This record gives sequence, C-alpha cells and structure tokens, in this order.
Amino acid sequence: MKYRGKVIVTLKPGVFDPQGVTIRSALHTLSYKEVEEVKAGKYFEIILELENCSQAEKRIQEMCDQLLSNPVIESYSYQLEEIKN
Amino acid sequence: MRFGVVVFPGSNCDYDCYYVLSQVLEVDTVFIWHGDKDLKDCDCIVLPGGFSYGDYLRAGAIARFSPVMEAVKEFAEDGGLVIGICNGFQVLTEAGILPGALLPNKGGRFICRQTYLRVENNQTPFTLLFTPGEVVKIPIAHQQGNFFIDPLYQEEIKKQIAFRYCSSQGEVDANHNPNGSWENVAGIISKEGNILGMMPHPERAAEKILGSEDGRRVFLSVIKWWEEKRWK
Amino acid sequence: MEVMNGESVAKELGLREEEYERILSILGRVPTPTEIAMFSVEWSEHCGYPHSRKWLELLPREGKFSPLLGEDAGGIVYDGLAVVFKMESHNHPSQVEPKQGAATGIGGIIRDILGSGARPIACLDSLHFGPREDERSLYVYRGVIEGIAFYGNCVGVPTVAGEVYLYPAFQGNCLVNVMCLGIAPREKLTQAKAQGEGNYIIYVGNKTGRDGIGGCSILASQEFGVKEEKRPSVQIGDPFTEKCLIEATLEALDTGHVIGVKDMGAAGLTCSTSEMAASGGSGVEINLDLVPLREEGMEPWEIMMSESQERMLLCVERGYEKKIIQIFHKWGLEGEIIGEVKNTGKVTIKYQGEIVADIPALELTKPPVYTPSREKPLYLDEINNFSLHSIPPPSNYEEVLLHLVSSENLSSRHPVFEQYDHMVGINTVRLPGLGTVVLRVKGKKWGIAVTTDCNPLYCYLSPREGAKMAVAEAARNLSACGARPAGVTDCLNFGNPEKPDRYWQFVEAIEGLSEACRFFGIPVVSGNVSFYNENPQGTIFPTPTIGMVGIVEEIEKAVTAGFKEDDLIVVLLGETKEELGGSEYLRVIHHREEGPPPQVDLPKEKALQELLITLVKEEILSSAIDLSEGGLALALVESSVVEENPRGVMVDLDCLGDIREDVLLFGESGGRALVSVRGESLNSLQRFAREIGIPYQVIGKTGGEKLIIKKGEKLLVSLPVEELKSCWEGSLGE
Repeated sequence: MKYRGKVIVTLKPGVFDPQGVTIRSALHTLSYKEVEEVKAGKYFEIILELENCSQAEKRIQEMCDQLLSNPVIESYSYQLEEIKN
Repeated sequence: MRFGVVVFPGSNCDYDCYYVLSQVLEVDTVFIWHGDKDLKDCDCIVLPGGFSYGDYLRAGAIARFSPVMEAVKEFAEDGGLVIGICNGFQVLTEAGILPGALLPNKGGRFICRQTYLRVENNQTPFTLLFTPGEVVKIPIAHQQGNFFIDPLYQEEIKKQIAFRYCSSQGEVDANHNPNGSWENVAGIISKEGNILGMMPHPERAAEKILGSEDGRRVFLSVIKWWEEKRWK
Repeated sequence: MEVMNGESVAKELGLREEEYERILSILGRVPTPTEIAMFSVEWSEHCGYPHSRKWLELLPREGKFSPLLGEDAGGIVYDGLAVVFKMESHNHPSQVEPKQGAATGIGGIIRDILGSGARPIACLDSLHFGPREDERSLYVYRGVIEGIAFYGNCVGVPTVAGEVYLYPAFQGNCLVNVMCLGIAPREKLTQAKAQGEGNYIIYVGNKTGRDGIGGCSILASQEFGVKEEKRPSVQIGDPFTEKCLIEATLEALDTGHVIGVKDMGAAGLTCSTSEMAASGGSGVEINLDLVPLREEGMEPWEIMMSESQERMLLCVERGYEKKIIQIFHKWGLEGEIIGEVKNTGKVTIKYQGEIVADIPALELTKPPVYTPSREKPLYLDEINNFSLHSIPPPSNYEEVLLHLVSSENLSSRHPVFEQYDHMVGINTVRLPGLGTVVLRVKGKKWGIAVTTDCNPLYCYLSPREGAKMAVAEAARNLSACGARPAGVTDCLNFGNPEKPDRYWQFVEAIEGLSEACRFFGIPVVSGNVSFYNENPQGTIFPTPTIGMVGIVEEIEKAVTAGFKEDDLIVVLLGETKEELGGSEYLRVIHHREEGPPPQVDLPKEKALQELLITLVKEEILSSAIDLSEGGLALALVESSVVEENPRGVMVDLDCLGDIREDVLLFGESGGRALVSVRGESLNSLQRFAREIGIPYQVIGKTGGEKLIIKKGEKLLVSLPVEELKSCWEGSLGE
C-alpha cells in the first residue's frame, strides 16, 4: 500500500519564533490589524510504501522523533492517508 | 598531540581551523571526512563552522547522522576532547551531546561582528589559559545562535557556561546580547567538561593581523591541558 | 515543436529578421528549433554583446601589472600568483524575485571565477535601489540583501565590501552588480576550452530542470514593463551544492587531467558547449539523453537553454574520466559523461538517436555587431545650466550635517554588511567599515585591496566625467590604504541601446572609462554590459560600476580611516574647487539633481595616488580617507566615528581660501584625501607632498569629544562625536 504522510512541525509554546513575529508585523503593515499571533512551522509530505496503516504510522512517528523535529524545541503532528491509484 | 578537523559537506570554516592549528600553532592536524568512522588517533576533534548540508531542515540536524558522528560520540563518551564551533556547536546540540538548542537569532538575521565574551569558567581544558571574569574579543557569524534551554534544566546548566556575551567592560546584559541567548550564553561545556560548544569563532581571532589573538588561547589551553595530562 | 515555422519561433525568442537570414546562410538550410534556440541565446545582448562589443575594444588591456585575459574572468599576476576577478550584473532577475535573483547572481559570479581554476576568496556587491519610502523598492532592497546573505554566507566566500545607493531613478529597475575575486598559482589556471579529439565532456553539479529557460539571456535583453507574461520562471539558488561544487571542481583540477572547464550560467549548455568548442578550436558532440534531468519530458531545446544553477562542464583527458567523476560523486554531485571532443569545429547535439543541432561553433560565438545611432539627450543642457548663486547658503550647518550623516546614501553601511559573513576564510585583515578592505594572501607579505565605485548621479549629469570619476575614486580609495591600483573589472549598466540618447550615454561613459584607465595604467581585465535597464518612467541613471583591485606591498603597513589617538595633526591633501554640482548636499538638502559634476583632473589624481602610496610605505600616516560623496565634512565625521571609540577633532577651514562655506564642507571636488599624522611626521609629509606636487593644508588636530569645524572666527559645527556616530550608524538599520 502507498501512503502519504503529512507532517507539521511547530515550535513548542514558549520557544521564541522570530519568523512568526516578523510575519505578524508584516501582516500588521498590510493592515491585517486583527492578527494576534503567527506561528511559523514546517510542513513535510512523505510518500511511503508499507503493508498497512499502523506500520506506516509507526514509521512516520519514528521519522518525526529522529530527524524531522528537534524534541528540545519542536513538537509535531501528522496525518496519514492512503494513496489510491 | 593531534587535532582532527571534521569536514561535512557544507563546512566552510574547516580550512580556517586547519590553518590556525597547523600553520599558526604548528600542531599536528588532519582533516576527517564526514563519511569516515576512523578518527585517525586524534586527541581533540574540532567540528568547524559552516552550513553542513546547507543547514537544511535545521542547522546541524542532518550532519549529526554522518558516520563520523557515531565515532565522535563514542570518543566523547570516553572522555575525548571535542570542540564544536558555530555550526559544530549546533551539530553537538542536535546530536544531544551538549544540552539545549540553538534557535534563530532574536533579530531573525545573520550577524557577523566582533563580540566581547566574559570567561565564566577557567577550570576546563579549553579555558585554562584565561583568568575567570576575563573579557576577550572573538567574532561571531551566525543566523542561529540563540541558545535555548528548557526551564527545567536551567539551574543545572548554569555551572556549564563557559563564555557569555558582554560589553568591552565585561557587563553582561541585554544590550550586549547579539542574538537573544538565554543568560547571554556564548559557549557551554559538557557536564564532564571534555566537550566545548561555542558560537563565536576562536579561529578568526588567533592572529594579531586579524585584530585579536584571544581565540588562539582556546586551542593553546587544549594543548597545555593535554601535555600536562600526559606528564601525569 | 518540430513542425513550427522557424521564422516565427526565431521572432518569439527575440531574434531579428536579418539574424534569421544570417542563420540560414550559415547553415545553408532551415534551422531546427533547437538551433534557433541556441542562436537566440548566444546572440542575445546578455551573452553576445552585439551592441557593445565594438566599444569594449577601446578599453586598455595592459598596465603596470601583467594582465591575464581569459574567457570569463581576467586578472593580474603578482609574485607568481594570479588574482582573478570579474563583476557581473543580475539586475532584472533581482527586480523580479529579489532574494533568488541576488542569490543566483552570487552563485554565477563565483562559478565564473571557479571556471578559471582559481579559488574564490571574496565577493563584493554594488547595489542600487529606489528610495525605501517606495514599498516595492523597500521589498527589493530587503530581498536582495537577504539573498546575498543567504547564498554568500552558506557558500563560504566572504562578502567583504560593496556599495548601496538609493535614488528614485532605480525605482522599478534595481541594479545588483556582483563581483568575485579568486586566487591561484599562475600555472594552475585553466581555460574554458574543449580540446583533443576523443576527450570527454563531463557534466557536473546539479540536475537540469526547466529553470529560467531563456531567463537571464532573454530577460536581460529586453526592457521591463513591456510584457509581464514574458517573465520566465525564476532560478532557485542552492548554495550548499555550490559549496560542494567549488571543493569538487578544485579537487578535480588538482589532478591535472582537466583540460578545460566552464560554468553553465546564462544560456546553460548552449553557451558552455559552443564557447568551449570555439576557444579550443575544435568541435563537440553531445548526447542529450545522458544529461541528468530533474524533470520529465524536457524537449531538447529546453535542455540546451535551461539555466538551472550550480552546474559546470568539464573537458577531461580520456582515461581519467572515472577518477574525475568519482570526485564529484564523493561530494554528492552529479558527474556524467555527456559527450566528447570532435575535430569537426561543430557543436553537434544528439537526442534520441537524432541530430537536433549541428552548428559551426565559431559562428555561434560570433554574434552580429550593432552600432545604432546616438544622440546627446535633451535633458543635459538644461540640468548643466547651473549657477551656485541660485543655492541659498544654509543658516545652520549642524542641522545640515546631521541630516546628511543620517541620509540614506551617506550613512554607515554597517547594518547591511553585518548581515554578510565578511570574515570566513580568515583573510579579511582590514574589515569593511574601517576604510578600504584589505585581504591577506596567506604566507605572503603583500595583500589585496578591493573596492567598487560609481556615482550614478555624476554619470547622469555627465556620463563621460562620471565614468572617469568612478575610476579616479576607486583608485583614490585603494591608494588611501596604501594599495597600488592594479586592475579593473567593469559592469556597465545602461538603458535600451536602441534608443539614441541611451546609446549616447553608453558610448560617452565607455570613452571616459577607457581614458581614465589608460591614463592611470590600469588594465580592464574583465567585465559585463547590462542594457535595457528601464522602467515605465524612463531609463536608470547610467551606471558604469568599477570594481578595482590593488596590491598593498606590505600589508602590515596598510592604513585605515579612523583617527587613532589624540593630538594628531589633520591634513587635507589636494585642492578644493568651487564645485557643488551633483553633490549629495545639493540633492538631499536642496533637492536638486543638477549641475556639472566635479571635473576630473587625471594628472592630479595620479599624483595623489602616488603620494598616498608613498606616505603609507614610509609609515608617515596614522589614518587616511579619500574624499568623495559628502565632501570634507563627511570624511571628518567618518574618521571620527569609525573606530570602536569615537574621537573628536577640531579643524579650521580658513586656510582653504575664499570659498563658500557649504562648498568647503560638502563640495565633492576630486583628487583629495584627509589624513592624520603624528607631529613628528608632518615634515616628511610636507616634503613628499611638495616633491610630488600635491597641495596640502594643515587644518586641525584630533582630540576631545566633539567635532568642531570653524572658518576663522566663525563656528560652523560643534557636535558631540557620540551623537554623530549614532546618527551615522542608525539610518539603514530597521
């Protein structure tokens, strides 16, 4: 089976996010005054082939822990979907 | 004694470290390719600055999985001396060999400038030629040097601070913190004291013609420490 | 594609009717689409210089130091070492996508230097934008600086110097001129040539995609704002791959089995194959099926025109191909044999078993030459009709000075170059911001000084005098630290050459440039022409940017700009004339971009260079700074504030004669420098100045915490240097 994993990595609460701050102030300059907070993160799309969904989930989780996020400062979430031909 | 300078693809201060060690200080120095696991009998390993693997994903995140890093980790666990400079420091924190993480600078930009550092601890193999509280001039050049440590470990880490950013007079405050580092941290050592990570570049301050010779004392300290140990 | 009408394809790609006719007669048949594509890029303004070629022959090639003239980058030879340098424009790509445009500009110029076999050791960039009040200009300004930092810092070549100027004339068409300098032992240099039948053509670096097809070459050969949809896909820079490419290429060259190497920049494979074949006096046969591709279904003409970044082409001695390819694989790069050298004199391109192009290499690299008519622009008579009497002298000089010190073009560039790693490589021994930048060459007593220079406003007011002044200023700037000017690279930025007034500006400037370089004995070793710099409002200020390299014989003696101690005697060298035209003072304070710019006295300039070099060599000077924009007042401010601890100075301008105060302070007469010496050295300074024939005036003394400027009894300025420092440093920060 082919799966598509969609991984989002964001900074943990309390970790300084200069990108988010900069984007927020840029939005303010563009007069989106209602913007209170912007958090910048990273998005990965991973296509993988494995026997079943739970295996795919396990592998994605491992990838997140080992490489895609730095647990000292980042947390992650993911979605998994089957790719049908 | 012998120094080994690790070369990751994208390292760009590897030659500078090699030059200072081999030509200026005239010590035996070799390059170690990131794909090798053999540390070539080195007594001190230098992880140089640069943009290993383009700093893609996160600075240091990919380099930590190089074959050489397995060997460096073992070497460090056995008490071997390791210096991570700038990107090398980032690699060490990513690998969990040193605590904390290096976030993007507070201003969000790359900063290259001379900085003053206060030596917080001279009881280490890397700082024994400095006096405690001494102010030294060593430049920085980085985009991600904002040292972060989880509040849970802050008390514990305080003892491990080696250098802090300060004014030319030694004042440690927010005005003299170029990147927003927690406690103005510029460099830390491991709990056991055999690993140093620092954002400033000592190899850029190792010759009079470059405006400061303070950085060379980091390397000279290592040489002295190693020679004393050998006599013991 | 193959059934398309050749003539209409040619037109679409920017070829003229008569050019298409010429192609027909060269080939003796109807060209294939791939051939049309190849001719269109090779003969484009960007690659073939059809409008400028003839005039570039005016530039002197010889000088005091033996010149080195190559295909991509020239240089000079000193002490057995080749110093190779070149400047190039990346204006249009940067205007479209500032960050990637600037980044890929850096990448391209670094590969040009690498292609000569030299290790790139420094980059400089000369940047011109519209004022930052304009939203788009500010966006471009930020993006370009970010792009230079992003690419330059990662690639590990320090960005050591450059300029940033903001004028309304660059709104909608910025200038991004990037320069790179490299060094190599003379005998290690290589050429961009393919030679020796049977030797292999090897493709290295990144894969090929549809990046910027017809990008640089087509984009730089047209005006902006005419047809938005013509904007091609932007090339994306990958500095990490470039860094690996530098190391791998140098390692490959070290084996001694690489016969020729050329970067694949503008016009990609087309340019590299045809130019390598032409300069090697041979032919090449390329099989496009072997080119590493990133995208599927690419047409042969797309592969030939792709401007994907971080690629090089090598000609490798048969029998050593595996060894060379292995080096590139070790660095994680592509390395594929894609063809071989043939003694046909032709560039032959095969694709899926068929020949899709077969062109005599020499013809491809011989674009037509155009010299359209030219005419003096109408605006010149009007703006040169300028009288000093129409300018009311200011009542408060302190206000004027503070205003100028914090103005966009005169304030410190520190906030910009701090974002660039200017130290990596540990060769930058005189850092930017302290005066002229000086690089050491490890193991040598001598060093290299580098600078870029051009005042576009002067060139607008008089292209000829402005171009001469650009050369004179660059040379003055180098000699102020003790360096002898040795070689020039130029980047000539102008409007549409098909418009007579723009073409007149170009010819005037190149004649001025040529005259000045010839007079000073400085060869022009490399360069680039960028036409079609226009926006819907008109053309940019003509900007012939000069990159100049000088040699400091004894690097330890090189002097910086800042006052280093109290009680130094401050001396003004050279003559102050009643000139105010084209000055920043006139522009910023009186809002007038008018007047004849300062006239260049070439013999006086040369004498001043000689004097400064002598004074540094004899270790007479404590500091030196050349006078340029902002005049004497700005030179005094800079000398006071550039050191870590600012230092006061008190001067009296009465000795400079009966000249208006604002002219004395802010006039921009050439041929002048401000120096400081210890009391005991004053005699020697005076002796050398008399011998060489440069007027000098002792105007004051360093010390205290204020900058004080008097004229006889009248106090013009008295300001704390700390205040000046924060004004000067604050303006470009955000």
